[in-house]
Amino acid sequence: MSVSTQHLGNAGTARERAVWAVLETVMDPEIPVLTVVELGIVRYAHWTPDGRLHVGLTPTYSGCPATEVIRRTVREALDEAGYKDAVLEEVLSPAWTSDWLTESGRQKLESFGIAPPSKAVASPRHLFGAPVIRCPRCGSANTERVSEFGSTPCKAHYRCVSCLEPFDYFKCI
Amino acid sequence: MSEATVEYLLRLGDTSLVLGQRLGEWIGHSPALEEDLGLANLALDLMGQARLLLTYAGEVEGQGRDEDALAFFRDAPQFKNLTLAEQPNGDFAQTIMRQFLLDAWQIELYEALVASTDSRLAAIAAKAVKESRYHYRFSSGWVVRLGDGTEESHRRMQSALDALWRFTDEIFASDEIDDQMAAAGIAPKLALLQPRWSARVDEVLREATLQRPQSARYPWHGKRGVHSEHLGHMLTEMQHLQRTYPGAQW
Repeated sequence: MSVSTQHLGNAGTARERAVWAVLETVMDPEIPVLTVVELGIVRYAHWTPDGRLHVGLTPTYSGCPATEVIRRTVREALDEAGYKDAVLEEVLSPAWTSDWLTESGRQKLESFGIAPPSKAVASPRHLFGAPVIRCPRCGSANTERVSEFGSTPCKAHYRCVSCLEPFDYFKCI
Repeated sequence: MSEATVEYLLRLGDTSLVLGQRLGEWIGHSPALEEDLGLANLALDLMGQARLLLTYAGEVEGQGRDEDALAFFRDAPQFKNLTLAEQPNGDFAQTIMRQFLLDAWQIELYEALVASTDSRLAAIAAKAVKESRYHYRFSSGWVVRLGDGTEESHRRMQSALDALWRFTDEIFASDEIDDQMAAAGIAPKLALLQPRWSARVDEVLREATLQRPQSARYPWHGKRGVHSEHLGHMLTEMQHLQRTYPGAQW
């Protein structure tokens, strides 16, 4: 279990943890091996004094078309679990970062064939010098970037020089 | 005050919307698949920023206009984008140069807006600045590759720069809206951002072996609703469906 999942989900009360358990069944529509919790886009789930459950979701990218699908599937999952009056809120700040991807999320990405983002975006080292991106298929560090952009807003396009396979890299932002 | 805030939010939102729409025109026409995807991804981020900004503008205005009403049911004089954003795509050089000049601007602007006294605008900026930095990496990379490339690519980049430079004065031409926003701490003083933008742009142009043109001081006023002839044509296409079938949904 990753640090951020523990921090955000498991620290809550029993009834909040039950909501997180429901949210952990909702998959990302574009990367169907990841749950929305592993992606780090669920920011909170708590009850306000007026007795209503509030769930905060943050978009990965401002224009990510998956955001609305995610909102809808989260809504459906909560409805089905009996949280019909839950309030879904869009959280913009602090802005999502690929550092919020959980450890289990990173592992699932890699076994799905998507190279996980290099860690610690906040580090100034990330801005200079290219981080080593390993091929998710053969593990080679001998890879090259084909394009800064890929099949979805959160991915870039890479190629492995060793096994010659193209692959997606989860962008660091 | 809130009237000025609406105007200011429209300037930011419309610049992202119009630039995003222009980039979308490249889909299926780019020189290579990777650039096609790249420009479409930039467009998507810009559309996302525009939605956040226009939604907020509509809320502050308080007349029930949402993002769609603002995007599809205003005419050119009601659009407040920078004139540079609406300039036609031209060749790939012109598109990249327009993008580079505006990416450099959006980075400086959003970095400053993170400290805005308006917390909603600060949150939008914190999100957008990360995207702008990524866009800038793409556009400045191409400016250098093409500027310091072949004789032909250099010639095209220089001519794009010469054609577009005259629209850059407008970015920093402060008017009463900018002054009010700066006084309220909602937006940064434009005069403070200019040297930072200028230094950023100069560094890349130098590496790209391109000559920065003399300032033309032509009074463009896109952000006051006075546009070049290109915006109207663009809006005709962008708004056609909603104007013909108002309220149409996917």
